[in-house]
Order: sequence, then C-alpha cells, then structure tokens
Amino acid sequence: MTEEQPILVMKGITKVFPGVKALSGVDFRLFKGEVHAIMGQNGAGKSTLVKVLTGVHRQESGEVRLEGRPIHPDSPLAAQKLGISSVYQEINLCPNLSVAENIFAGRQPIRGGIIDWNRMARRSEELLKRLNVSIDVTRELSSYSIAIQQLVAIARVLDISSRILILDEPTSSLDDAEVDQLFKVMRSLRDEGLAILFITHFLDQTYRIADRITVLKNGELVGEFRTEALPKIDLIARMLGKELSEFSRKRAGTQAARDEKSVLSVKSLGLRGSIAPFDLALNEGEVLGLAGLLGSGRTEMARLIFGIDGATQGEIRIRDRKVAIRSPQNAMMAGMGFCSEDRKNEGVFAELSVRENIILALQAKKGVLKNISPRRQLEIAEELIKSLAIVTPTANNKAGQLSGGNQQKMMLARWLATQPAILILDEPTRGIDVGAKLEIMELILSLSRRGMGIVFISSDFEEVVRCSGRIAVLRDKVKVAELNGDDVNETAIMRTIAGGN
Amino acid sequence: MSWWKSLSRSNIFWALVALAALLVFNLFFTPNFMRVTIREGHLYGNLIDILKNGAPIMLLAIGMTLVIATKGIDISVGSVVAISAGAVAVLIGGDLAGNPKYPILVAMAGALLVSVLAGMWNGMLVSRIGMQPIIATLVLFVAGRGVAMLFTNSLQLWLYAKPFAILGQGYVLGFPFDIYIVGFILLVTYLFTRRTAVGMFIEAVGINPTAARFSGINARNIIFWVYTFSGLCAGIAGLIVCSTVMNADGNNAGRLFELDAILAVVLGGTSMNGGKFYLLGSIIGALIIQTLTVTIYAFGVPADAAPVVKALVVWAFSLMQSPRFRLTIAQAFNRGRVAA
Repeated sequence: MTEEQPILVMKGITKVFPGVKALSGVDFRLFKGEVHAIMGQNGAGKSTLVKVLTGVHRQESGEVRLEGRPIHPDSPLAAQKLGISSVYQEINLCPNLSVAENIFAGRQPIRGGIIDWNRMARRSEELLKRLNVSIDVTRELSSYSIAIQQLVAIARVLDISSRILILDEPTSSLDDAEVDQLFKVMRSLRDEGLAILFITHFLDQTYRIADRITVLKNGELVGEFRTEALPKIDLIARMLGKELSEFSRKRAGTQAARDEKSVLSVKSLGLRGSIAPFDLALNEGEVLGLAGLLGSGRTEMARLIFGIDGATQGEIRIRDRKVAIRSPQNAMMAGMGFCSEDRKNEGVFAELSVRENIILALQAKKGVLKNISPRRQLEIAEELIKSLAIVTPTANNKAGQLSGGNQQKMMLARWLATQPAILILDEPTRGIDVGAKLEIMELILSLSRRGMGIVFISSDFEEVVRCSGRIAVLRDKVKVAELNGDDVNETAIMRTIAGGN
Repeated sequence: MSWWKSLSRSNIFWALVALAALLVFNLFFTPNFMRVTIREGHLYGNLIDILKNGAPIMLLAIGMTLVIATKGIDISVGSVVAISAGAVAVLIGGDLAGNPKYPILVAMAGALLVSVLAGMWNGMLVSRIGMQPIIATLVLFVAGRGVAMLFTNSLQLWLYAKPFAILGQGYVLGFPFDIYIVGFILLVTYLFTRRTAVGMFIEAVGINPTAARFSGINARNIIFWVYTFSGLCAGIAGLIVCSTVMNADGNNAGRLFELDAILAVVLGGTSMNGGKFYLLGSIIGALIIQTLTVTIYAFGVPADAAPVVKALVVWAFSLMQSPRFRLTIAQAFNRGRVAA
C-alpha cells in the first residue's frame, strides 16, 4: 500500500487573485481506488484547488502530475480529455433534452450520416446500469429527480473517459435515501479503481464515505489524514486552525439576561429540504448565537424566521403573540430586522445614496405614501452615521463607494432606524477588517444592553462566544443543541458539532 | 460658473446637448426652422409642431420611464394607444351630426379605464405570475390591436363630435392643448414619485430586487402599479392620437410608438438596467426624436430612407452618452495633442 504511486500529485500550488492569495504552496495527492475529501471553511481554497486541477484557473507556481507526467490543462475540456472529470452541484446538463441525448451531447453515435438513436439509447442504458440506475432514457432529463440527474451527469463524464472523478457538493440538494444511493455508486466506482475527489460541507458524510481527508485553511495546506486517524473534533479544530488546548473561555460581552421577557419564540418551524423543524427562544436584551459549520443551516434558519422562505410548518410568536410571517415585509412590521450575509446581492443598493439606503426600511415600514421629509431623512441618516461611525464624505454619497465594513454598518443602520425588537445578523463581520469587526461586536453588545433581542450568526466561533449569552448549535441542517452558561465556549461548540460530549 | 458645473454633471446634460445640437443644426441648414408666427391667436411653426406632435410619445415615455426603472419594459404601449383610441371612438360614435353616443367625458373615462385594465393585466403577468416583462407585454402588443379592431368592428371609425377635437387640435393661450396635458401628467408624476418615497422604491426595486424585498419593500406591488400607470399614460396618448385625426384605426394608431418611447427614455439617461430614472430626460429624449423626424422631412429625405438617417443619428447620440466612449475619445484627443 505504501509503495503505491498516487495517480495525481499536485505540488506547491500557488494561485493569486488580485489582492488575495487563494492558494499558497498547497500539496495534494490522490490514489486510485480511494474517495478523498477536501475539507475547509469558506475561503479555505477548496474550489480554487479544484479549478486549478480542472483547468479553469492557471496556477502561478507549482506543478500537477497525472500518473507521473506533468499536465497543464488550460480548460475544463482539456482536463476532461486527460481523464479528469467533474460534476458540479448545479448540474450542467440540458433539462429539456432526453437522458440519452444528455449523455451523448456533442458526440452522438452516427451511422450513415444520421444519429443512431437506437445505439445511443442502448449505450445510455448500459452506462446507467453500471450506476445501478434503470430508467427510460428517452424521457426528458427534467422529468427525473435531482439525484437521478446527478447520476446521469456522472454517467456522462465516466463514459467520456475518466481516471479522476471530482464531485463538488453533490449531496447538497439530495435527501437521505438519495445520498445513500449516490454513496453506493461512489463505493462501487472506487472499488473498480476510480479515484474520486469529494467536496462537501457535511461532516457526517465525509466520515461515511471518505478514505482520506485533506484539510485546507486560508489557502494553505493543514494536512492530509486517513479518515480513521482523524477524530471529528480534530478535523473541526484543524479546519478552524486551532489547537483544542488553545480554547479558553473569553466571554467579555456576556451579560446576565435581564428580566427574561420573551421577545421571540419559535416552535417547530421548518422547511422541508432546507432545515429540520427547530425551536428557538430569545429574550429581551439577549444575544443568541447560531454556531455551525458552513452549510449547517444557520442562514436557512434566519431566512425562515424573517419570512424570506416560507415555512412548511411551525409557528412564530413575538412578545407572546402569534404572528403570521409570510414575507420580509410581515417580519419587519412585526418588529424584526435582518442583515443578510450577502451584502452585495441582498443588502446594499450601490447606486442609491447612503441616506436612501438607511432610510429605506423605515420608509417601507411607514408606508410608501407617508413620506419622511428630506430634512428628517437627513437627520436620521446623519445621526446613525455618527453613532455607528460610518465613514462617508456626506450622507448623500453613493453607497457603492463605501468600504465593506462601512456598508455593513450602513445595513445595520437601515434596521436600527426601524427600531426593531429583534435583530438577526447573518455574518455581519464577514469580509471586513479587524477594526470594523470589533466595532460591530461592540455595537451588538450595546444594542442588547438597551433591550434589543439579537440573533448573531458567525462562522468565527470565537466571535460567537464573545458576543452570545446562549448558543444554538447546528449540524447538517438540524439544530442539535443549545449551550448555556459555562458551556458557552469554543470547545463545547466543536464537541457538539462533532457529535460527542 | 457653478451652475455650469452642476448642469454638466447632471444626468440629463447629454440629452440636452443632443437636443441643442439638433436645433443649432436646423438653425443654420433649415430655412425658417426657428420661426414662430402668430396666426389667429395661435402659435405656428416647426418648434410648435415638434411639441404638438411629440405629445403622445412624451406621454408614453413618462410611463415607460418608471417601467424601465424597475428593470422592466412595456412593449404593449403602442397597442394600448390603439385600444384607447378604438374605445373612445366607439363610445362617442360616428354620428355625422356630431352628437356623441355617450357624453364625451364619459367616453374618455371609459377609454382610460380600459387602458388601465390593460396595464393591470401587464402588471399582473410580470409581478404575480413572474413572466419576463418583454414576454408579458408581448401578449398585449400582439393581441391589443385585435382588441382595438373588436371595438371598432374592424372599421376605421371617423368622428364628428367637435368638442372632442379640442384634445388633439385645440389651443389654449396660443399653445396646443395637448402640451398642457403632457405638462400636467409630467408634473403630477414628478411630484408623486419624488415628493413621496415611490420614486426611491421604484429605483430600489430596479437596482436590487432581492435587497428591496429583504428591506421590507413590497416589490411586487411596486411593479404592478408601474405597469398600470404605463397603461394609463398610453390611454391618454390614445385619446390625443384619436382626437388629432378624429379617427380610430386599430391597425395603425400608435404603431411602433413603443419603440420611440423606449428610445426616448434611453436617450434621456435612464438605463435599461433599471435603477435611477429621469422623467425630464425622457421628455427631452422624446423631443430629440420628434425634432429629428421634422428635420429629416424638412431635408426632403425620402420617407423610405428616413429610418436610416434616424437610426444613424440615434446611434451617434447613444455613443455620446456612453461615459466609456467619451473617455476613449478624450484620451485619443489628449494623446494627439501630446504627440503634436
């Protein structure tokens, strides 16, 4: 086993994007007949590494060897020709063509100058049979489930030629039974000698299927491990880049909940395919942290509470009164505010002024015809600009010109203007500099001292611990635990995510 | 020269430059272009004709501006003009003695109601069903003329009820009556969008619909009403068109008006990508188009070739409006100077 040569070796891969080093000197190797998972937080460099391998990106330095020979794929097509195939989370097939047409698109078997439909159908059936799928290959692809579509995509790339199969988040839209089916296929392909590179956010799935795990963090290699030699908790610690012993309790901001007046209470709220039903309670002046790895369901939880996605079950009570929340507008009228993690696409109006950006939600709350006078608008905006220390030349400058941190504070200002009872903050500290991070955390604490109930989401457990009095932990789209009192620390969060005590 | 600075930075500056350039060109090359005379207490001349004939497009452009600001488009307005004209003609009736079937004001209100319903139909398709605006309004673009023909029984209906002619042919204080209508609608629309939060919400929806929804704005309602308003504007334009010729022609009334209206909006500085909108710019855009048409005819360009000239000039104006093109020209110019 130790003598075996890896089929793929990537050595010292460095990739620089303007302003960021996405990968620095990363090594990676892949053996025949193994499932190898790449793990890491957001921005760790997983997808960049895969994109170098598939010819989407060109590395600045480092080399890629396939079966000992250096390769330089300059496009996914070139990589495919070398036998490196990938199937992405969003399936790149044509939903309105038949299954067989999809499998053979661009290389239809020809006989006598016309397409040999019979042969195409027969071959497709054979290929799918290898994956344990027997379906009518002449029907439209879109008439089948996502899971089947994924297997069709795999059948297609395997037929073209494949020595290495890359599966990028293949399970994120599958249900449990479908995941089982996919894993069965993956195991049988592995046993046939295929090398499979598997990218996922789901820890449990990694442990179920992967033989080997490579961990990346901030574009650097943390290490390569055999799955059985890497306990879950160690994996989490390495993904976050910390030694377990480093964790101490830092709870500068934690405050005793005041008079325990409930402001938000959620009962078995859930949305099938998005997040399992959960309960949640929030008191006045409390900061509730949501902790979990990327893709664990934190954002889904927030979107459900704020009415962005429609819940399929459950109820929401605000100040002990049942409220029907079917849209963000309902949520806002009920006294909630929500800052999305995706500032650019879901928050900021780049071409509107800072003043307009701040006033928007308050104006929407008042009603479109009850205009806030320009003078009052300016007063409100300037007051918030001052109290949040938003750096902008004037309130009338375009919001797009602000830095990330200031845009984030502007989003906060938009909701503070509506004087909400509940504020949900999804990754408010992402992508902004350290100084701004600290300011925002200070702000969260001071708002809670004034009685606001805050739900705080961050991938940085240290931040969650520092701000929150209580922490709800999520794993694989399920709320698994709530941590109170002395348990509010990073070690406890990681243990909970890992599933032990 | 701070007024110059603020003017040259304003978003309608380049539309104004284009209009001025056209007028100056005509001043030199078209005899009597700028002459305005007074006959029977009315003002006459090319300039007055431009205002008068441009009125329907200006009205359409006002409605279209708001639609485009939400990142939409309404290509049904030309057909709605025909619907409105057909409806008002049928309600007034072709009595040779000029006695209207229903009171003229009632007939006009009826036509406007039908136009508003047409707008609501568009708005519903876009905001509730979620159809792409160009497809949603294509339905009425095609079917609208059929509806107009249904009203008039496939005939060209001639009208003889004199008072109705005031709308498109009358004069008040020397100026054509329809100009006052445009002025009134422009003013009301301006006040309604800029003195309330409506304008900001429309822009917000156009810039970032997701963020608008997440900020508690009811984006669907905004979109619905914007198309409804566009229908109303087209209805008013239809009344003027019908009154000007005292005829309703389901096939030809308002034909291709939607394209001129869209062009007017774009020339006026509102982006097809939605967001910031400029009502006054759209009016100037409509004036540019009308001036251009008059100029082309004044030059005796054959009617068949006129669209080519129009297209070329519009293309040049559009280039002029592109900041990147202006930058490229300025750089080329500076390089030339350095080299010399």
